[in-house]
Amino acid sequence: MSVIAPKFRLGYLIKGITDNIFWIIVILTLVGIPVVQIVLIYIDFPIIDGEIWNPFRVLDAMTHPERALPLVKSFMQTDFFKVAAFPGFGFAAAIAGGVIFVERKLLAKLQLRVGPFYCGKVEGLLQLVGDGLKLLSKEIIIPAKADKPLFWAAPVLFAATAGAFVALIPVAPGWVVADIDLGLLAVFAVIGFFPIITIVSAWSANSKFPFIGGIRALYQMVSFEIPLILSLLGIVMLTGTLNLMEIVESQANFPWIIFMPIGAIVFFITILAELERIPFDLPEAESEIVAGWLTEFSGMMYGLVQLGSYLKLYAFAALFVVLFLGGWNGPWFYPMEPIAEVITDGVVLVPDALTLEIEGGLLFSQEMLNGLIWFVIKTVGVILVILIPRGVFPRIRIDLLLQIGWYKLIVLAFINIFIALALVYGGIIGPEGIL
Amino acid sequence: MSGQVYPKDTKVLPGLQLEKVDDRIMTLNVGPQHPGSGHMRIIIKVDGDYIVHCDPDPGYVHRGEEKMAEYRNYITNIPHLERPVIHDSCNILYPYCLGVEELLGIEVSERAKYIRVIAAELNRCVYIQYWLAIYGIFLGHSTMFMWPVGDRELMIDLLDKMTGARVTHAYFVPGGVRNDVPANFEDVCLRQVNYFEKRLKEYADVFYDNPILISRTKDTGVLSREDAIKLGTTGSVLRASGVDFDIRKKEPYDVYEELDFQTNVLKEGDSYARSKIPWLDMLESCRIIRDALQKMPKSGSVRVKLKPKPKAGDTEVYRRVESGRGSLGMHIVSRNNPQPYRLKISVPSFRNLIAMPHLLTGEKLGNLPPVYWSLNYWPVEADR
Repeated sequence: MSVIAPKFRLGYLIKGITDNIFWIIVILTLVGIPVVQIVLIYIDFPIIDGEIWNPFRVLDAMTHPERALPLVKSFMQTDFFKVAAFPGFGFAAAIAGGVIFVERKLLAKLQLRVGPFYCGKVEGLLQLVGDGLKLLSKEIIIPAKADKPLFWAAPVLFAATAGAFVALIPVAPGWVVADIDLGLLAVFAVIGFFPIITIVSAWSANSKFPFIGGIRALYQMVSFEIPLILSLLGIVMLTGTLNLMEIVESQANFPWIIFMPIGAIVFFITILAELERIPFDLPEAESEIVAGWLTEFSGMMYGLVQLGSYLKLYAFAALFVVLFLGGWNGPWFYPMEPIAEVITDGVVLVPDALTLEIEGGLLFSQEMLNGLIWFVIKTVGVILVILIPRGVFPRIRIDLLLQIGWYKLIVLAFINIFIALALVYGGIIGPEGIL
Repeated sequence: MSGQVYPKDTKVLPGLQLEKVDDRIMTLNVGPQHPGSGHMRIIIKVDGDYIVHCDPDPGYVHRGEEKMAEYRNYITNIPHLERPVIHDSCNILYPYCLGVEELLGIEVSERAKYIRVIAAELNRCVYIQYWLAIYGIFLGHSTMFMWPVGDRELMIDLLDKMTGARVTHAYFVPGGVRNDVPANFEDVCLRQVNYFEKRLKEYADVFYDNPILISRTKDTGVLSREDAIKLGTTGSVLRASGVDFDIRKKEPYDVYEELDFQTNVLKEGDSYARSKIPWLDMLESCRIIRDALQKMPKSGSVRVKLKPKPKAGDTEVYRRVESGRGSLGMHIVSRNNPQPYRLKISVPSFRNLIAMPHLLTGEKLGNLPPVYWSLNYWPVEADR
């Protein structure tokens, strides 16, 4: 058995792909086309403007952008697209996948090693795919004494709750899955679900180490939720709204981190604790309690929990951006509203030879593209800052953690609230403020 | 949750009876398949987050080294005797070679003595780096796992050049060392040791001065000076409790008395001090190696040729050295045979393990990994 990867030959890869394409074409033409034509005999085609619209004609018409784009645009306004692709699950999962890759390579560089290298040929790009396939193909083992329905439900619930959290995040002007007036309260409600899911999964596994891990997670999450909520109250006071979209719009001139750095620090530390990341990864402390509340999960159940926790990482980082760093607000990359003459006549680069027409984005408006770019840049930056402590800090102990949560962070959060009150009643910010 | 903390001197019932007494007590098997144990098991009983009873259970990797030694002659004993702790294989062969030399009445050449000291100190660094790596990952500090394992390659590379093997060297033989060091070894050694020392100082920035590490390990598992002596601990554990005891100073063997070094002693006796002493030892090892390279005779024989199957008289001998974990002694009984009649290995790991129940009872569960691993305990060596 050799441990060395087989030698990669580009020629073999191309040959394999072309072989596959060849056989697909052969089988499709020999089997597919006769079948389709046999079926088409029995179908009546509509006649529009004196032309028979057979399926081939419809496909032909669809390829024209003028006809296809409105269809795509209207599809993009459906709830299904928003939940599944953008700005919901698909977008978050793409960022999470990128984050896992960056985390591995960044940590590896910090620790003087290489990190994922072979899978995907280029710097281990496809390592995540390989891991996912491995988790999918593994057997799911359930402890004999486990409470099976609850044990099955826990990972699914965890991933689903993380998805619900993602749905509340506004990504660009007008682009949010669930635009609700009490958005911040909904965030608190969703965060409150995680300890329950954790303790349910720990309890249902009926095993000692998950139980201890679950209790630890419960302690940690409950004691850090209070400073988390308190640290965000200052922003609610300044903006007078709980709607996340309106909070972002209120930061068009300056982000709230300028006035509330203490709140931002408290919120950042509570993010680390809520995400169970080092130095607060007590519920999964390997050397003490094996893998904590994840000990009995195997195969894709573990994969779902990991997916959920990375979605949670994205959602918390995005929430930090939305509340403190101004969300999608940022300088414009190109002119906000092109002059009417430019739109109609185009920009004359060389007289009588070349004109360039400036349009909005094909599918998205300029405003949305600009906002999205700024949002992604800020979110990725925050995620990187969340990742770095993993290479620098050891794990903290549970009593020290609770001490930090109850004594220090709550006091700091109250100081932040008093700063916000001073700003509002001092007439600097608020309904009659000077800013 | 509040309240029922069992003080250290409470008489706790052993075994399952404890669970019958109180429903709140939960028994946990830390090991042998637990990521936070070595090749051993620690049976702990927890009340909430407090450990009320601790029962270390070694013996999973017993190989019968002492019995095996009775069937092999003094030369063929060499390769298997280093197996209990392959990361420190020079130091575990050291007392054996010193003892056999005393039995057979061999005088080792000066150059061989210096080469032995250099190899032993390099090997001490290799062992401590491995130990430190595991200490780091036990505390959840993954960088402190990767850095020592990577920098350990410097020392392994040097030992590879000297002995031809990366870990199981079988380099020390009665009568000197197996072969001379290669040409220009001294330059390479000096360069790598200097770089190694520079790297060691960076560990303080990322690990030993880390506020979270300090808050976590200070004042945990405190072993007082009296208890450390009473329980018979040795090596870094003893020196972290304020006892200045180092065999290299107290009973110098080979050329240690001619070399310039000092022993590191800290007074705190907590797991932070116990983890810092080996690191200071590594810095001291670098000094010893540099000094020994300077004072080493530039040429000369390194090995006294022995007869095949040498016989010792009707005597016995006990020699001990300071290994990476502490005092490592070998008692060799000879009955006029080519084989030893009895070989008793006194290992520091087992002596330090004795302190574990004393330290862990009454501690929090989160303190189990740092206290356990700071005892400088190597499960394979304790089982022999």
